[in-house]
Parts: sequence; structure tokens; C-alpha cells
Amino acid sequence: MTTVETAVGTAKTMVLNMGPQHPSTHGVLRILLELDGETVVKAVPDLGYLHTGIEKSCEDKTYSQAITLTDRMDYLNPLGNNLVYCLAVEKLLGLEVPKRAQYVRVMMVELQRISSHLVWLGTHAIDLGAMSVFLYCFREREEILKIFELFAGQRMMTSYIRIGGLALDPPAGWRQPVERFLKMMPSRVDEYETLLTENRIWIGRTKGVGYISPEDAIALSMSGPTLRAAGVAYDNRKVFPYSSYEEFNFNVPTRTDSDCYARYLVRVAEMRESLKIIRQAFDKIKDEGPIKADAPGIIPPQREKMKTEMEALIYHFKIFTEGFSPPPGEAFVTIESPRGELGCFVASDGSPKPLRVHFRSPSYINLQALPKLIEGQLISDVIACIGTIDIVLGEVDR
Amino acid sequence: MTEPASKNANVVAECLRSWNPKAVAEVSEYRGETTIVVPRELLQATAEHCRQDAKLQYNFLTDATCVDRFPAEPRFELNYHLVSIPRREKVRLRVWLSGNDPVVDSLVPVWPGANWLEREIFDLFGIRFSGHPDLRRILLPEDWEGYPLRRDYPVEGYRDVPNTGELFRKSSTP
Repeated sequence: MTTVETAVGTAKTMVLNMGPQHPSTHGVLRILLELDGETVVKAVPDLGYLHTGIEKSCEDKTYSQAITLTDRMDYLNPLGNNLVYCLAVEKLLGLEVPKRAQYVRVMMVELQRISSHLVWLGTHAIDLGAMSVFLYCFREREEILKIFELFAGQRMMTSYIRIGGLALDPPAGWRQPVERFLKMMPSRVDEYETLLTENRIWIGRTKGVGYISPEDAIALSMSGPTLRAAGVAYDNRKVFPYSSYEEFNFNVPTRTDSDCYARYLVRVAEMRESLKIIRQAFDKIKDEGPIKADAPGIIPPQREKMKTEMEALIYHFKIFTEGFSPPPGEAFVTIESPRGELGCFVASDGSPKPLRVHFRSPSYINLQALPKLIEGQLISDVIACIGTIDIVLGEVDR
Repeated sequence: MTEPASKNANVVAECLRSWNPKAVAEVSEYRGETTIVVPRELLQATAEHCRQDAKLQYNFLTDATCVDRFPAEPRFELNYHLVSIPRREKVRLRVWLSGNDPVVDSLVPVWPGANWLEREIFDLFGIRFSGHPDLRRILLPEDWEGYPLRRDYPVEGYRDVPNTGELFRKSSTP
């Protein structure tokens, strides 16, 4: 852990310890701030308070068992984490996922993106003193969580996306709540904008705060809305499409100001784009069709088949006792999570347990740019800058 | 296990070979991903060339990670995943490191974003990056002993000797 000695102030400056228990750090992040009056001279982030060794634990589980661990990294984007891990294992296996399952995945992940942006918007606004936005955002997030509960039986740690497809068929009557949400949401996004976009205090707190140049942002490996607010239209859904994203029509919102206000506008615009994608996926999902790949020995057989077919019973037994073994090799997949480029690297040595699972977590890498954003700024802007990166400490520390 | 090299693999390999014939030790293609194995001494120069060359333009370092192939030797396999945002291509640079001398040049001078990625590998695998400006543990406490992501480190840690360093041992001995 970083000790205070690494950041001792000179006679003119003082060192302020911010966190790990600080409401605006969105978890347990500690930052050592060297201050000259109210100006930040140096910032040293200190992390690891939530390190749980998820990557090591994955090595001791079979490929399917490790899915439940991925939910718990980025707890605002569990479905995205499931997706990136499953895509990596599917790539390793060379599995083809049925279209219907791919569309359901897209719909769920985009709902998750909206819910994650809602939590971000609410908490970011509360950090900067706008209390009511938080209540509005959580009202709509609740609707999304109800949809997840309907689909997966769980509100947050759904583990709904599985290797080769989905855990369950979409439940009967799933269209009504999604339809209701799609009808309601555009006007709700307008509502948030009336509260903030032209609010003079909001503009004063965010405009021109936390600037980073596009060259620096790329050099520091930043991704997601933070990079797009700097004018770089890099979105994995467009650049390296996965899960049939190439069939969807949507724009990648970008801004060029690269400050906290621009990042706010990018994320709000992204919510509107996600609604477009959900609508298209909603129309593409057929009522009938497979939701799992046809791969005996990897995908657990249907319950009814197990009762009548000997082979299905054997496969079931083998999958749940020893798992399946992908051929030796590596796969690296990146997707666009609400926070940026989420990557998963899986290496297999031909045994039923992964040799190595590594997650490229966007929060971790974006957080690296925090000192660059806040050095030379005022101490009150530190809060705005932490909020604007949209970090989830569960994912930073893993 | 290997597939025929894709167009991108050929472009990268040719470009690197024409720059320095020794830079490419091996090219492989698996599941549509290109891997270029680079000799350890040439890693930094090759990465710099990948970033600057007008034909390659790998300007974005997306990820760096390590795989421990214990007990095989050389046991550590370092993977750097590069993305070219203008060309929309990915490539993986790989370096092999032996267990008794796990040192490699840092890529921080090429991409400042490599800083925390390398610190994480140092923290969890014990690989040292020469030329790194701030090589300290990042996720684990500074007094942690051992490198947990190595394959010879038990998944549940060392139960009988709790691995929390000096502090714990002092307080737990009567």
C-alpha cells in the first residue's frame, strides 16, 4: 500500500488523505493529494482494498463455474461481464451461438448499459450537489432490474448469459414490461436533461473541468465515454462487432471538449442510442427458436431429453462432474462495457479448468489517468473527476 | 492448432521483418488472432516500431497480461494486446521469460498506459520491468510475500502460515 512517505509535501504544501472511506470514491479508493492551498499539486491513487483474487479463483473452477465469479467484478454491469467471458470461451471452443440468443444478449446488455449509466448519473450528480437527479435515476433503474428479475430470477448477479447461449428461454409475457420501458424511457431521459443540461451550477461544476487531450487519452489506454468525449470515435460495438452488433443501426456519440460536461453529454446520448438498439433487438427476437448452441458435451442437455435418452444423461453427468476441455490455445475478446473496453483473455492447456483468465477492466485502466485529470485543478474538482471516469472499485481491484 | 496466417498477420510480420529480421521469432494464428513472438531484448523497440510505423499504426495498448506455464520452461509468457484504432486491427506481441530471470524492458516509454498493467503483472507474477518509473505492488499490500497468480502458489494461500507478512507473525507468536 502506498505510504504517506511516497507523497510527503514540501514546506509549502500539505498532504491530504482522501478515502478509502469517502462517499464520492464510489467504493474504497484512497487518493493521496498533495495540496498547495486549494490546488492539487500531486495525486497518488492507492487501490487494492477490494482485491479478492477473482482471476486466481477462476483457475480453480471449471469453465462454466467461473461465470458466477464474473458477475461480481463490475457489479453495475454483471451481464456484460458474463458476456465477455462467455464470448472468450466460445471463441476458444469455436462455438456458434444461435441468432436468437445473440439478440437477447444484445438486448440485455444494452438494458444493463442504461441501468449502469443511470447509477453513474445519479451518483455523479449527488457528488456535485444535485440531490433529486439521484431519485429520478433510481426510479427507472428499478424498472430495468425488474426486467432482469423476470428473465433470470435475479436482479443483479444474474449469470444469465452462459457459454453457448443463455441460461433460460425468455419467460412468457416478457414483451410487455420491455415495451413499457421503451415507451417510458425517452421522456425520462429528457427529464434528466431538463434538470442538468442547462443548469448553471451543473455547467459551472463540470465545464472545463478534467480536460485530457485525445493524444494523452490514447497513450494512457483510456476507452469508453471518456475517450469518445475527447473526439475519438472508438467503440468496440462498431470497430470489432460481437454478438451481431453489425446488424444494428446506431450512432457513436462523440464530443470534442473532453471535459466532465462533454462526458456527461456523451453518456446521456449513449442512453438514447441504447434505447434504439433495444428496440431493434426487441423486434428481431423471434418467439420460437433455440437459445443454446448445438454442442453436446459442452452445453447441458435439456431436462426432458435426459429422461428419455441415454446419451443426454451421460453428457449431463460428464459436464457437471468434470466439465469440458477446450483445445489448448488462447482467446482475447473485447466488448464495449458502459465504462469502456472490457476485455477477457482466456488461456487453455486442454484441461477442464482454465490455465489463465484475465480481465482487462476499463475502470482500472481509466483510473490511471486520474492524476493527469486533477493535477493543477482545485480540490473540489477532484470529486467531479473521480465521478466522471465512472469507476467501479469491484472491477478495479478484482 | 495453428491456422493459415491471415492478411493482417502477413502485413505485420513482413513489416517487422523488413525493419529488423530478428524482431519476429515466430508468427502464429489461432481463432483469428495473430500472435507475434518477439525476442526479449527487442520487445521495446518492436513495440515502438508497431506504434510509429505508418503501415502498422498500433497506437493503442489495450492489455498486457502474463501466463504462467509452470513447470514448463521458459515458464512466463507475456502477452501485449495492441489495437490500431485507424486500421481497426489487433495483434498480440508475445515474449517468453524464464523462471530464474523474469526481467523485461518496460513499455511505459512507449505507452504511458502500460504503467499500471505492468505493476499488476509485477504484483501478481513477480516479473520485473526494467525502466519502469514506479514499480511497486498495486493490488496487494506492500508486505505481501510471494506472487499469488503463479501456478505454484496454492489457490487458498498458505493456510498454516497466514501470508500477511511480518506484522501478523509478530502479533500471533506468544
